[in-house]
Amino acid sequence: MCCAGREVALPAGALVSYSQRGTYMTTIERQGKPTSTLAKLGRIAFSVLVLVGVFFVLWVGFIFLRDSNAPQGIIAIIAIVWGVGGIALLFWVADWVINRTSVTTAKKLQPIIFVGPALLILAWYLFIPTVRSLYLSFFDAQSKNFVGLANYVFAFTDSKMRESFMNNLLWLIIGTGGAVGFGLIIALLADRVKMEKVFKSIIFMPMAISFVGAGVIWRFIYSYKPAGEDQIGLLNAIVTFFGGEPQAWFTMPVWNNIFLIAILVWLQTGYAMVIISSALKGVPSTIIEAGRIDGAGEFRIIRSIIIPFIAPTLITVSTTIIIITLKIFDIVFTMTNGNYGTEVIASMQYKQMFRFYHYGRGSAIAIVLVLAVIPVMWYNLHQFSKREGF
Amino acid sequence: MCMETLPRYEVSCFPSVLLSHIVVKCVMRLTQYVIIQLGKTKQKERRMKKAVVVLLIALVVLPSAFAAGQADTKEDDKKVVQVFGAFVDEELRRFEEAIVPFEERTGIDVIYEGSKDFETLISVRVEGGNPPDIAALPQPGLMYNFASQGYLVPMWDSLLETVDANYAPVWKDLGSYDGTPYGVFHRVNAKSFVWYPKKAWAREGYEVPTTWDELIALMDKMVANGHTPWSIGIEAGGATGWVGTDWVEDVMLRTAGPEVYDKWVSHEIAFNAPEVREAFEVIGDIWLNPKYVYGGTNTILTQSYTDSPRTMFENPPRSWMHRQGNFVTSFLQDDIQANLEEEVGVFPLPGINDEFGIPILGGGDQFVVFNDRPEVREFMEFLATWESGEIWAKRGGALFPYLNQDLDAYPNEIERSLAESLVNAKVFRFDASDLMPGQVGAGSFWTGIVDWVNGKSLDAMLSDVQKSWPE
Repeated sequence: MCCAGREVALPAGALVSYSQRGTYMTTIERQGKPTSTLAKLGRIAFSVLVLVGVFFVLWVGFIFLRDSNAPQGIIAIIAIVWGVGGIALLFWVADWVINRTSVTTAKKLQPIIFVGPALLILAWYLFIPTVRSLYLSFFDAQSKNFVGLANYVFAFTDSKMRESFMNNLLWLIIGTGGAVGFGLIIALLADRVKMEKVFKSIIFMPMAISFVGAGVIWRFIYSYKPAGEDQIGLLNAIVTFFGGEPQAWFTMPVWNNIFLIAILVWLQTGYAMVIISSALKGVPSTIIEAGRIDGAGEFRIIRSIIIPFIAPTLITVSTTIIIITLKIFDIVFTMTNGNYGTEVIASMQYKQMFRFYHYGRGSAIAIVLVLAVIPVMWYNLHQFSKREGF
Repeated sequence: MCMETLPRYEVSCFPSVLLSHIVVKCVMRLTQYVIIQLGKTKQKERRMKKAVVVLLIALVVLPSAFAAGQADTKEDDKKVVQVFGAFVDEELRRFEEAIVPFEERTGIDVIYEGSKDFETLISVRVEGGNPPDIAALPQPGLMYNFASQGYLVPMWDSLLETVDANYAPVWKDLGSYDGTPYGVFHRVNAKSFVWYPKKAWAREGYEVPTTWDELIALMDKMVANGHTPWSIGIEAGGATGWVGTDWVEDVMLRTAGPEVYDKWVSHEIAFNAPEVREAFEVIGDIWLNPKYVYGGTNTILTQSYTDSPRTMFENPPRSWMHRQGNFVTSFLQDDIQANLEEEVGVFPLPGINDEFGIPILGGGDQFVVFNDRPEVREFMEFLATWESGEIWAKRGGALFPYLNQDLDAYPNEIERSLAESLVNAKVFRFDASDLMPGQVGAGSFWTGIVDWVNGKSLDAMLSDVQKSWPE
C-alpha cells in the first residue's frame, strides 16, 4: 500500500495492473525492510485481529436486528447498511488481509474469498434443502419410518397425480407455445409499425403483475352467476349479451385448464415479445434485402431467414417459460385450487406438504418436479452462457 | 488480483455450480472495479479508509444505542399472552371484545392474531420452535398431531376442575388425546339447521317440516309453485367442498346413526361402505336434481358458501331453504341481520330414521397451550368460564357450550333456541371431516364432493376417497 505513485505508469483499468501492483509492492517491501519471524507473526496476528473485529461488528448488528423493537423504518435502514455495508466490508477486509500475505499465498487464497461466500449461500439454501428433501422423500408422513419408494409410487400412480402430470403437460405445450407464438407474432408485427414502442409497452405491462394478482383479476373475468342474475364476469356478460347461456368456465373439464393457461399466456407474452423483438433488431437488413432481391415473399423471409437467425433466442425464451409452466402454482391455487380437474404438480406438492402434513409425499413430488426442471434449466443455462446473454 | 490466477469454472451439469458461476462472475467484476478504483490514488485510499472506519463505528454505536434504549422500556412492559387462531375479521373483533374483562381485571395483555392460512402457519411456527402461547385449533386432528409430538401442555388440576364443572363430558373428550385432556372449547358451532325466509314462507303458506317425508313433500310443493327449494354453495377457496361434507355427516347421523358414524370416522367401516353410499344417495336426490337446487350443479360448485344464503332474501326469493350452521346469520344482508327475528326462520334438519331422533352436528375451536406461564394458565382458566363468552353471546353470531350459561344473554330468539338445542342435544357429534386424517377430511373428502357434483360416478368417487385413506 506504499507505492501508489508507480501505477501511473501502468495502463489504467487493465486487470493486470492490480496484480502487478501487488508484485511491485511486495518486492519493494522486501527490499526496504527485511522481515523477521516476529514481524511476520505480528502481521498475521494483526490481520486476524482485524478479521475478528469485523466479524464482531457484524455479529453485533445481527443481534441488534434480531432483538430490536426499534421503529420499522430505522430497522430497515440499519438492515440495509448492515447487509450491503457488511458484505462490502467483508470483501474489502478479506482482500486487505490476503494482500498482506506473500504473493503466492494471495494468489491461492483470492479465489476462495470471492467464490466462497456464494458457494456457501448456495449450499445452505439450495443444495442442503434439496438433499434433505431427497432424504425425506423415502420416509413416511412424520418422517419417522423408512418406506422405500412408496412415495414415488404414489407420485406416479395416484389418480390426482396422474391428472397433475397431464395438466402440466398441457401447461407446458399450450402455455409455452401460446406465449412464445404470440410473442413472436407481435414482435414481427410491431417491428413494422410506427407506434412500435407504445404497443410493445402495453403488451409488456402484464409482466408487472404478480401471478396471484393476475389470478384475482381473471377470477372476475371468469366469474359465473346463474342465468337470470346480473353477470359480473366479463366473459359471461359478453356471452349473455349475445343471447347465450352463462357458462361456469371453471367447472368444464379440460377446457378449464385452457382458461387458466390463457392467464399465463397473457402474463408471459410480453416477456417473450420483448426478448424476441430485440433479437429481430439484430437480423442484418442486408440478408433480408438479398432475400427480397431473390424474390422471396414476406412469409418466406420470416421462415427461411428471420426464424433461423433468432432461433437461439427462441430456444432461450421457450426454455425459460417451460420452467415457469412446470413450476406453475399461483394461478391454479388462486383460481380453482386444483378442483374440477385442474390439479398441477406444484399444487399437489403444496397440499401434501401443508394441508395433509405428509412430508414424505410432499418431498417426493418436489424431487420429481426438480428432476423434471433440471434438464430444461441446464439446457437454458448452456444456451445462456454460450451466447453470453441475450 | 487478476483473472488468470482464478481457476476456470468448467461448465458441468451440476446446476448449482452453473448458477454460482454466474453469481461469482458478477461479484468478481464488481469487486475488481471497486478495488481498482480504491487503489488508484493514495488520497482515495485514505478517504476510503476513513469511510470504512466511520461505517464500523456506525455499525457498533447505532445498534448499541438502540439496545440501550430498549432495555429501559422492556422492564415496564405488561405481561403478554399471544393467541393464534384461524378466525379473522368480525369474529376476531368479537373475540377481542369478549376478553376485555379479563384484561382489565388482570392487567395481562392478550394479543390475538388470526390468519386464513392458520393450518399451514401453525405447523410451520411450531416446528420452527416459535409457537404462540395459545393456539385455537379448529380441527381436533391438528391437536392430536401436536399432542402426539409432545408440543402441548396438558390441562392442570385447577383447569380440569373448571372444565368438569362447566362443560358436558363430550367436550372434554373432544379435547383429549390418548386420555389426556388438552383443549378448552370456547365458541362452538352447531350445524344441523335449515334456514328460511320467514316472511316469504308465511306469504306462501309453507310450514316447517318435522319429518324427512314432510321435507320432501314441501320441496315438491315448492317446485309445483315454481320455486326452487334449496340454495347450496360449496365454493370456499382452498377449502371448497366442506359444506358438502357437512351435509353428508348430517345425513349419515340420521340414516345410519351415531355409532356407525363413529366407526366411519375411525375408519372401522370403509369410506365406500353401503351406509356411506346411502347417505350420499339421499343427498344426491336433492343436489343433483336441478329443480331442487337454485342454479343446478354449476351453482353448487361455483357459488361461495357466504353468498349462497343471501339468495333467499332477494325479492322474490331465488331459493327458499338453506342448510348451514349457526354462523350463517353473519353472511346475510345487513337489513336482514338488523331484523333477524322477523326475517329469518330456522328449524333443525328433520330426522330420517326415528331411532336416532334429531342429532346435532357441530364443531369448534379448541384452545391449547404451547408455553406454560402463569399468565397463560390464568387466561386458559378464564376461557373455560361462561364469563369469557357472555359479551360475545350478547353481540350475537356465536354459541357457547357452557352448562351454566345464561340463555337470556343471546340477542334473539333464534340464537337462544340454537344454544338451547346444543346444550340439550341427546346426540351431539363433532364434524367428521375435522376428525378424519387431513388426507381425507381436508383433502379427498372435499375434492370427492366436488368431483361427484361435477359428474364423477358415486362409486368411483367413494372408492377414490377410500383409497386415499392413510394406512
